[in-house]
Amino acid sequence: MTAGHASTPKLAVRAATKAYSTASGDFLALDRCSLDVKANEIVSIVGPSGCGKTTLLWSMSGLHKLTGGEILLDGKPVAGARPEIGIVFQEANLLPWRNLAANINFPFEIKGEKPDKMWIDHLLQRVGLEGFNAKFPRELSGGMQQRAAIVRALSLKPSVLLMDEPFGALDSFTREEMNRLVEEIWLDTPTTIVFITHSIEEAIFLSDRVVVMSARPGRVAKEYDVPFPRPRSLEIMATREVFDLQNAIKMDIIGGRASSQPAVVKTAAPVN
Amino acid sequence: MSDAIPEFSKAKSAEGGDVSLTNLSAFSGSSGMRSGMEVLAIALVAVVIIGGIELALRSFQVPEYIMPRPSAIAMALFTEFPLIAPHLGYTLVELLGGFAIGASIGLVLAAVITQFPFAEKIIAPYILLLVTTPMLALVPLLILRFGFGYEPRIIAVALAAGPMVMINAATGFRRVDSAKIALARSYGASTLQIFWKIRAPMALPMILVGLMIGAIFGLLTAVGAEMVGGGFGLGNRLTTYSSMIQMPQFFAVVLILSILGILIYVLFFLIGKKWASWEA
Repeated sequence: MTAGHASTPKLAVRAATKAYSTASGDFLALDRCSLDVKANEIVSIVGPSGCGKTTLLWSMSGLHKLTGGEILLDGKPVAGARPEIGIVFQEANLLPWRNLAANINFPFEIKGEKPDKMWIDHLLQRVGLEGFNAKFPRELSGGMQQRAAIVRALSLKPSVLLMDEPFGALDSFTREEMNRLVEEIWLDTPTTIVFITHSIEEAIFLSDRVVVMSARPGRVAKEYDVPFPRPRSLEIMATREVFDLQNAIKMDIIGGRASSQPAVVKTAAPVN
Repeated sequence: MSDAIPEFSKAKSAEGGDVSLTNLSAFSGSSGMRSGMEVLAIALVAVVIIGGIELALRSFQVPEYIMPRPSAIAMALFTEFPLIAPHLGYTLVELLGGFAIGASIGLVLAAVITQFPFAEKIIAPYILLLVTTPMLALVPLLILRFGFGYEPRIIAVALAAGPMVMINAATGFRRVDSAKIALARSYGASTLQIFWKIRAPMALPMILVGLMIGAIFGLLTAVGAEMVGGGFGLGNRLTTYSSMIQMPQFFAVVLILSILGILIYVLFFLIGKKWASWEA
């Protein structure tokens, strides 16, 4: 891709470690996780629940401190919120007392900046939300709410977009529609995207690379390149290669969880 | 900076669940609006009940000092109103003055205290004590200390309304939605910005509930305090009329008080509809 320096990744996770002290003792959510994300690359993180993928994402955003290791954005450590990083949350996370326009205006209000009307209108039109400015979140469907959340995240033109299981609550048709929308937007305006999901299919559809994490302690178990051409049509998604990759990832996740079961023969070797 | 991972899946909207002013009372339908048929039915029931009472009192020739007829009460309200009006004014001054003082203190304390969970834990039992103690009990003492003027009643109203506002507002401010706070923080919001743009609007529905309950408790306390001592106010009218066995006038004052209560309810209901309908 067109990274400024081939050697400096856009986002680098270096031996990220995060321990929580709970009533029942210390708990290691992340254990020396390392991961490089190149500029304008889409990387998905999948793994069993409780593997620390959300913790990893929040650490990347700079909102949570690590207990060890570091996160580098363009080679500089991330500490605290960074304007270059946009976040799309689980379940849209719109403010219910604000209408759509006011919700999208929210980041600018916090920053005390004038919103870029042209860009926002372009985004709204891009996701098919023009004319809904006066609607409140409860008047919008789940998919529309998440579209609005994407517009809000992109309104500040971030160079990195962190997406935390954004479509997990949507039905599968809406989810596929949203996936295609993310791909389209990305093809339009290349952005570095880190995408957390439970859905292997979603991960493969969207990503240049899929990172599989294992649980307790949270670690990067495996990485798979996803070399299929874009835009990824239904035909591509129905090929044998996609199916094999999907199974290989599934095997990694389930194999990691039910370790008592004998490992089944792996059908696809990790590319990376 | 708190450092817990926001649990989106568990607490969907907020701790403490959904609150709504519109479903606070059985008086309002689920949709908030009543159809013409329903209004007609309500009016019809009122006519039947009032007419029935009137008829029963007339046919059994119940003496006026036991229970005056609705028509007599209506007449008394009409003829005596010029005499009652100044007392209504006194009560309103006490209510508004005491409520303004109590509610402001309660709101500020709730906002401040919920920022410090530890302090809140220590203070909580005392707040509960303030809420559960009928402030009316302090009125004789307040009169002894401040005389028979406005002061003891305004203080009593403030003491009754303040804790009610505070406890409800605190519940509102405690409804922390970590995802929404994280959102604000991701744009670099300050603590003050998070308070005004996230916590305060999230707390608003509960604050309105607190203000309404506080106002109604304030009315109760104002009237009660007037009954204890002093020569003015609607409470004073109640004791005066009952001691003179002027029952139609007595009930006219009761009617004025219930109208006041309903007005308080309607006022906050409308405010809630305008500013907190997003949670309905």
